[in-house]
Amino acid sequence: MSLDTIVQGILLGGLYTLFAAGLSLVFGIMRLVNLAHGDLIVLAAYLVLTLVGMLGLNPFLAALIAAPLMFALGWGLQRLVLNRVLGPDILPPLLVTFGLSIVVQNGLLMGFTADSQRISAGALETASIDLGPVTLGIMPLLTFASAIAVILVLNWIFYRTALGRAFRATSDDPVTASLMGIRPKAIFAQATGLALVIVTIAALYLGMRANFDPTIGPARLIYAFEAVIIGGLGSLWGTLAGGIIIGVAQTLGAAVNPEWQILAGHVAFLAVLLVRPRGLFPRAYD
Amino acid sequence: MTLLQTRGLTARYGDFQALFGVGITLEVGECVAIIGANGAGKTTLMRSISGVLANSPDQVVFDGQPIGALPADQVMARGIAMVPEGRRLFPSLTVEENLLIGAHGRKVAGPWTLEAIYGLFPILKERRRNPGTALSGGQQQMVAIGRALMSNPRVILRDELSLGLAPVVIRDIYAALPRIRDGGGSVIIVEQDIGQALKVADRVYCMMEGRVTLSGRPADLSRDAIHDAYFGALA
Repeated sequence: MSLDTIVQGILLGGLYTLFAAGLSLVFGIMRLVNLAHGDLIVLAAYLVLTLVGMLGLNPFLAALIAAPLMFALGWGLQRLVLNRVLGPDILPPLLVTFGLSIVVQNGLLMGFTADSQRISAGALETASIDLGPVTLGIMPLLTFASAIAVILVLNWIFYRTALGRAFRATSDDPVTASLMGIRPKAIFAQATGLALVIVTIAALYLGMRANFDPTIGPARLIYAFEAVIIGGLGSLWGTLAGGIIIGVAQTLGAAVNPEWQILAGHVAFLAVLLVRPRGLFPRAYD
Repeated sequence: MTLLQTRGLTARYGDFQALFGVGITLEVGECVAIIGANGAGKTTLMRSISGVLANSPDQVVFDGQPIGALPADQVMARGIAMVPEGRRLFPSLTVEENLLIGAHGRKVAGPWTLEAIYGLFPILKERRRNPGTALSGGQQQMVAIGRALMSNPRVILRDELSLGLAPVVIRDIYAALPRIRDGGGSVIIVEQDIGQALKVADRVYCMMEGRVTLSGRPADLSRDAIHDAYFGALA
């Protein structure tokens, strides 16, 4: 168990945090588990890929263009579909997002075939810096830094802006929020739009770091979901901690036996749940 | 001039009808009290006016406009703010954030600012960084009132302010009522405490089983008439 393994695991946790942050945001505000979250990440990856291919753009620039498009998609999705099924019963939104997941996967299969793709980032893919005992890849470092930045920005929005105040109030009590002149459905649409902006960032790194094809969404959803649950529902820093725990568990598992990488992540998730059933940083009330 | 009026207001929760043709009026600058026992329909009336419950457009008229069918956020934007029953502070917001969010959907210049609310209830300034729900019941009620005032409403609805509070606390909160009225708002209060209602209100409506059973100026209402309207005349 070298230091290197643990550091690589922490950096990998950055990627899982990016997968999870949008899910955490949406769940925190409207108690909606979006089962299509992973597929939306893959969709965003194809969008970035297409922009790179069509316009010959740098991937980061392409993601900058994709982000507002994904915001619009999220906003529309919430307005036209999800707002209609949100209610006291949690089953309809689960069913709808499950169906959406299948639609997105098959739509991507039709549009892009099952061939695996990759977003080329040129020399950045293999660049690294040597820090004595550990060598850090620039790409994992960028991923991790982006994850921290996303969590910082989300926290700033949540606790320092009027929009964040409205997010929290709506999450607490939508009826009373409406008495404050807040339209909960409009707030939900903005939240899902914001979540899909984060999804775009996650997709950028997903696509630059590994191959992807239309079917890998559900597995990303599971990592994201585990990170959110480990951290405690509704806690953004908890989501970061959850992502890191899964990342470290996976690299440690892989160091012992490459077949154990995925399994180790899931075992860590179950172990945390055994000790802290509500996650590491649960909100004080619910 | 009539500012707010309900006309033949009916409301139902599924098969259960809670209001049967309620008509009340509120004049500009007036303080009206709604009294009645539990289940009389007072809170339903407040929820209908504030837009939490939807009605036919003409059943609630505000400033000459039919607002009965508008959702709560649009009713609030027009200047009707509610202090809901049970205070309903947002637990994840601090005291100050709870106040600030009161102006989220309606930002108009007026006498009520954060500083003015702190002037009205100085204890809130001391505790402005605390979570809203960490305060005592009376202080929470102050936050709920301040939150409603932050939008500089033309009408403020106060539902069951006294519920669960000690008499001395209720007295303190009622002491703020004249200053709220000086700020230009008309007020509808819902109150189970008849004595309190008669003391502060210009006019009183008594409700029973979803209907208005008595209305008038406090001086014109006899104890017996109120008793009958409140509990029902003994047959």
